[in-house]
Amino acid sequence: MELRLTGVGHRYGDREVLRGIDLEIPAGQIVCIVGPSGCGKSTLLRMMGGLEQPDTGEIAQIGAVPDGCLNPLTYIFQDFALLPWRSVAGNVSLVLEDHDIAKAEADAMIRDVLARTRLTEFADALSRQLSGGMKQRVAIARALVVKPAVMLMDEPLSALDSQTRELLMDDLIGLWTRTPFTAVYVTHNLAEAVRLGHRIVVLSRRPGEIREVVTLDKPLGARGYGDADLEAQQKHLWEVMRAEAAAADAELLGA
Amino acid sequence: MPEPVQKVTFRGGGFAPVTRRWVGFVVFAVLLILAEWGTRAGVISPLTLPRPSDVLWTFQELYASGLLFKHLLPSLARLAIGAAFGAVAGIGVGLLMGLFSYIRAGLVPLVAAIFPIPKIALLPLFVIWFGIDEGSKYALIAFGTFTPTVVATYAAVDNVDRTLIRMGQSFGLSWLSIVRKIVLPGAMPGILAGLRISLAIAIILLVAAEMLGAEYGIGAYILEAGALYDLERLFAGVVILSVLGVMVSAVIGAVERRVLNWRT
Repeated sequence: MELRLTGVGHRYGDREVLRGIDLEIPAGQIVCIVGPSGCGKSTLLRMMGGLEQPDTGEIAQIGAVPDGCLNPLTYIFQDFALLPWRSVAGNVSLVLEDHDIAKAEADAMIRDVLARTRLTEFADALSRQLSGGMKQRVAIARALVVKPAVMLMDEPLSALDSQTRELLMDDLIGLWTRTPFTAVYVTHNLAEAVRLGHRIVVLSRRPGEIREVVTLDKPLGARGYGDADLEAQQKHLWEVMRAEAAAADAELLGA
Repeated sequence: MPEPVQKVTFRGGGFAPVTRRWVGFVVFAVLLILAEWGTRAGVISPLTLPRPSDVLWTFQELYASGLLFKHLLPSLARLAIGAAFGAVAGIGVGLLMGLFSYIRAGLVPLVAAIFPIPKIALLPLFVIWFGIDEGSKYALIAFGTFTPTVVATYAAVDNVDRTLIRMGQSFGLSWLSIVRKIVLPGAMPGILAGLRISLAIAIILLVAAEMLGAEYGIGAYILEAGALYDLERLFAGVVILSVLGVMVSAVIGAVERRVLNWRT
């Protein structure tokens, strides 16, 4: 399944946040959206999953939903959004309970997804017992269990320290390499974008418009921490963004 | 010339609550011992304050005569039934107010209007509506428990983390699932905190209701003792109420530890 955005624009009151976004999310690829703070990239992501309605333009899903998919557009949130009163397994189970799935089958699905995210031994832990990285792995497990057609990730690693971030990036790359998934990955971190993105969309400052789309051909599995070619790409992205970010910063101070 | 060396002084102490279980008991014991000593030594006249040991004896007599349970059991039944009705209705209405803007807009002024009414003032009305028997007492206690529970519940629903609700919606959970599995557990800490207050109010109203018309009950017992200026019996009754309050508080504490074990 693919997503297609045509002429998407949005304003909050008289403040225009997004303008004329045309974008395609091809199946099996990770599209990263980067941009200065306040450029509306999170708003754009919320629109893609139907949590917010664009003022202009439209967002369409193209193609059939894959077999066994329970929730085509599935989010992974920056602050994890785990229910603190449920265990790791309970949080994953939450999103299955509204579907007509036999208990044994649901248990098997939960076991499988916890194994894939290396959480099996923490199945009964409560979220307050988990580190930030583990919490986000639970959120990833919860997203994977519904077999999404498109994963919508809203700065999923931004609340984590840089070491945990590296580890989780490896996890994400591992998951993608085994079974490629379609994803939109919003971040302000260019290093994450060049590690995870097949395509990187750079938004301008508010109102957000597409400034540039960078395509990276190097396979995800071959990318590593501090690769020279990735560094060069990151540098290029930063040069594109730098003026925008500086202007956005000044704007926020002046507002 | 050597550089002056000075140890950095610690200044980060205090302002961190630490559990000290025994301090409460010590304060209690010291007060009792002071009263006992004062009444024995004659510093405190027996008309001002009964001797604690005499109160204990009265209590022992009350127990031995079997009157203790004759008074206590009807009171407990009234408290349990009245408070249960009030709390269940309060949580229900509070949830509806938290979830639906129209219900909230309609009921917030009404709740604000009935909250400050001393419910005891309405007892005659309840007697007409629900009869002179148990009905009016249940109604009084239920009504008194209802309003603080409503206010606590809808405030607690307001405080449920919106990102969790958005998460539920993004996974396509049904409205009922979101309410049952996200809103209700999320509001539980606030609801239980509200119940602590509501149940204390319920005990106050229990006594008030029993003072106005009951043959048996702690309120009736205290009223009778008060009319006779029998301070020992009066205090015995008051002690029962205090113990009741402590017990209710302990029960809620136990429920909190069970239901809210996910909090640190």
